[in-house]
Amino acid sequence: MNASLSRTELDWRFIGTIDDIPWQGARCVENNETRIAVFRTADDRIFALEDKCPHKNGPLSQGIVHGGCVTCPLHNWVISLETGTAQGADEGRTAAFPVRLDGRDIYLQLPPGA
Amino acid sequence: MSRQQLVIIGNGMAPGRMLEHLFEAQGDFDVTIFNAEPRVNYDRIMLSPVLSGEKSYEDIIIHDDAWYAENGITLHRGEKVVAIDRDARTVTSEGGITAAYDKLVIATGSAPFIIPVPGHTLPGVLAYRDLDDVDGMKSAAVRGGRAVVIGGGLLGLEAAAGLKAQGMDVTVLHLMPTLMERQLDPNAGYLLQKELERRGIEVRCRANTKAILGTDRVEGIELEDGTVIEASLVVMAVGIRPSTSLAAEAGLQVGRGIVTDAQMRSSDPDILSIGECAEVDGRVYGLVAPLYQMARVAAATLTGTEAAFAHAETPTKLKVTGINLYSVGEFGDGPECEDVVLRDAARGSYKRVILKDDRVIGAVLYGDVADGTWYNEMLKSGEDVSAIRDTLIFGQAHQGGQAADPLAAIANLADDAEICGCNGVCKGRIVEAINDKGLTSLAEVRAHTKASASCGTCTGLVESVLALTLGDGFEKTAEGMCGCTDLGHGEVRRLIKAKGLKSIPAVMIELEWKSSHGCAKCRPALNYYLLSDWPGEYVDDQQSRFINERVHANIQKDGTYSVVPRMWGGMTSSSELRAIADVVDKFAIPDVKVTGGQRIDLLGVKKEDLPAVWADLNKAGLISGHAYSKGLRTVKTCVGSTWCRFGTQDSTGLGIKLEKFLWGSWTPAKVKLAVTGCPRNCAEATCKDIGVICVESGYQIVYGGAAGLHIQGTTELGTVQTEEEVIEIAGAMTQMYREQGFYLERIYKWADRVGYDTVKAAILDDLASRRAYYERFVFSQKFVQTDPWSERVSGVDKHEFKPMAVFDAQGVNTAMEPAE
Repeated sequence: MNASLSRTELDWRFIGTIDDIPWQGARCVENNETRIAVFRTADDRIFALEDKCPHKNGPLSQGIVHGGCVTCPLHNWVISLETGTAQGADEGRTAAFPVRLDGRDIYLQLPPGA
Repeated sequence: MSRQQLVIIGNGMAPGRMLEHLFEAQGDFDVTIFNAEPRVNYDRIMLSPVLSGEKSYEDIIIHDDAWYAENGITLHRGEKVVAIDRDARTVTSEGGITAAYDKLVIATGSAPFIIPVPGHTLPGVLAYRDLDDVDGMKSAAVRGGRAVVIGGGLLGLEAAAGLKAQGMDVTVLHLMPTLMERQLDPNAGYLLQKELERRGIEVRCRANTKAILGTDRVEGIELEDGTVIEASLVVMAVGIRPSTSLAAEAGLQVGRGIVTDAQMRSSDPDILSIGECAEVDGRVYGLVAPLYQMARVAAATLTGTEAAFAHAETPTKLKVTGINLYSVGEFGDGPECEDVVLRDAARGSYKRVILKDDRVIGAVLYGDVADGTWYNEMLKSGEDVSAIRDTLIFGQAHQGGQAADPLAAIANLADDAEICGCNGVCKGRIVEAINDKGLTSLAEVRAHTKASASCGTCTGLVESVLALTLGDGFEKTAEGMCGCTDLGHGEVRRLIKAKGLKSIPAVMIELEWKSSHGCAKCRPALNYYLLSDWPGEYVDDQQSRFINERVHANIQKDGTYSVVPRMWGGMTSSSELRAIADVVDKFAIPDVKVTGGQRIDLLGVKKEDLPAVWADLNKAGLISGHAYSKGLRTVKTCVGSTWCRFGTQDSTGLGIKLEKFLWGSWTPAKVKLAVTGCPRNCAEATCKDIGVICVESGYQIVYGGAAGLHIQGTTELGTVQTEEEVIEIAGAMTQMYREQGFYLERIYKWADRVGYDTVKAAILDDLASRRAYYERFVFSQKFVQTDPWSERVSGVDKHEFKPMAVFDAQGVNTAMEPAE
């Protein structure tokens, strides 16, 4: 536990390594009431979005990750991993969180005081 | 006036086309066809894709049985004509059928030339001419070994590529110094040879065959220089000879072919000849475009309309997937000829345009062939190109400083510019058809003009003409399975098998996916196709599965899941019910519902609780019900002869046996069965994917029902005597559907598409075929009948069910995973 604390700098929090997330998949991070989906793309980029589709709050972490997007499992909305915006004709946006990859370690920036 | 009797000898592409023209002109004839082959008219130029496995025989049929019936044609299949009696005006077949004619058309085509070296009659020596040859090659390919193709021309190379695609080692022997020397110059021939070698095809030029070796069948081949090559198959593709003997015996004038005038009339004006057997103005032809021109002219002659055959240079294309070459006209090195050449070694492209007196007389393109049509236009029009000579070789898009807009290139084409070489259809004719008939799709243009209906290489051009003519009114109908590819599901399935593609990345690279990693539509489809085609070999890609199949439960609108344990044939027990009740209490599961498939649904389970819920259910012997899968869902039953006073057979017992046999298999879409104990049908078997109706005398099997958005009753397959037969048929049908169905296509849609007769023939009537499907199903079941719930209880995919990190109010991660 101490080791993990020491790796938490400022409001960047160490959440795990890239190997904890399946290739072209996602895992969740829970922060009090908020659930954040952390995605790993085919080219090993990492993104974090609130785990709520702007359409009907579907859990984006459960969707299929393709290219730089995820398709929501409830009604197939396609959401950009980078910006959280709905693609195509759909309109809406989900909150995106900054993430940083340091070697294989992933750091997630959570809102101050959260 | 009584109708004239028209007799046609031969049922190839030329007479087929002639008849289309004839019926269009409403010619008043009773038509009788004698065909030496036992088939309808099919597209012979597409034999290569059939050999490579990219197309099936059904795909290349031009005229099906219905067409002959509709047009009142008498077709004698497998009846070779052996005599023409010009005095009596009759023809007689080997089988003794005699038909009288007013007009006779001889379209006997050509026979492949077989080099009479020792051993040329051994079994295992084939030509490359018709579907029988293709079938012969395919069955040789199953035995494996090396195929030697003699002849490095168009046909020989297509055969070589096809045999390679079928998994054989292939050597091409060519007498001349470079490949396809009649169509390609040595430079392009060299590039082609390198490409074939890169694909693992051995090419030996200047190779002269001395003998074919072997005692009972082909074992090898010996060259003049003494080299011996082992071979289990020898394909001769060294040329064709017009079949003229029948005409010669009837006393018609014969040269290289059956001599005709420009109206396709032989030396007897009531006898016409078209196709590869005909000789016009001293020339015989082997490519489809001039043969179709003959067909048009002959139809006009028969209906008394003016028309004349005129020689034209026909461009050559090689139908080998991934190799682009185009050649037209002359490319010799005559003294007055000038060459303009562009080489791009990095892209493997070579372009050469041959000029004489500032006019294009020939072009050879390898790699980038987009401008072939444009050069051919200039060749045909004979226009002076001195003004654009400097930029000519860069192609049409680079003329006049315009941006490279493919539509602009088409817009610039003259109305008489030829778009479809095979069928001789020009741009003006397509535009006219679109405007006059209100056509809006590629399929309609194909139907009305034949453009792109033969070899298909001009499909893009035809679509461009549609786009230009209709403007915004044209929406390219996406034939592709998704935005990532233009290939449809059927093509993708066939190519996966033909090219032996065994992973999603391999499919995407080989089939030139337009997106880097696919999308949420194509990835689950590809994952299914690979799983179904390579049982035991392909490793399931969990990330390409929809969440339900990834976590073996059904996601609900609030992100919780529902859990449905299997209840075999809808039977349960007090101990199972007790275990379910305990699980509901222990995990505070909000809702419990009885499903339409005769089992129990636990709704509102938190994802994190799933493994623990399953563990408890497993302890009571309950396993996953696959209520979430594109696979077998349930087998619904009634109580049958065990309890019911009307029951005729043990429907419950049979349902349980079917479910225990079929469970776990992945299919294109969900599969639901029912077994009902008597025709009162309490188990509702007649709206299921596969249903069994027990009767006194046995089991009636029905299939292809639907009761969702679409409602449709089942179609009867047939009645069998024993439970064993029912189980074998259910397995075989499921396997046929697994192999042929498109992803998300239910059984009724698949059967609608392939035809209920086809399914019945393969599953009920043909016992060997049924057995083969059944055995492939049994084999693939070996790899899937493991309960996915117990696998996850024991730790598989445990990352799925746990958050990666959980921060408390102090920002401390309380769920850090121990290092593994």
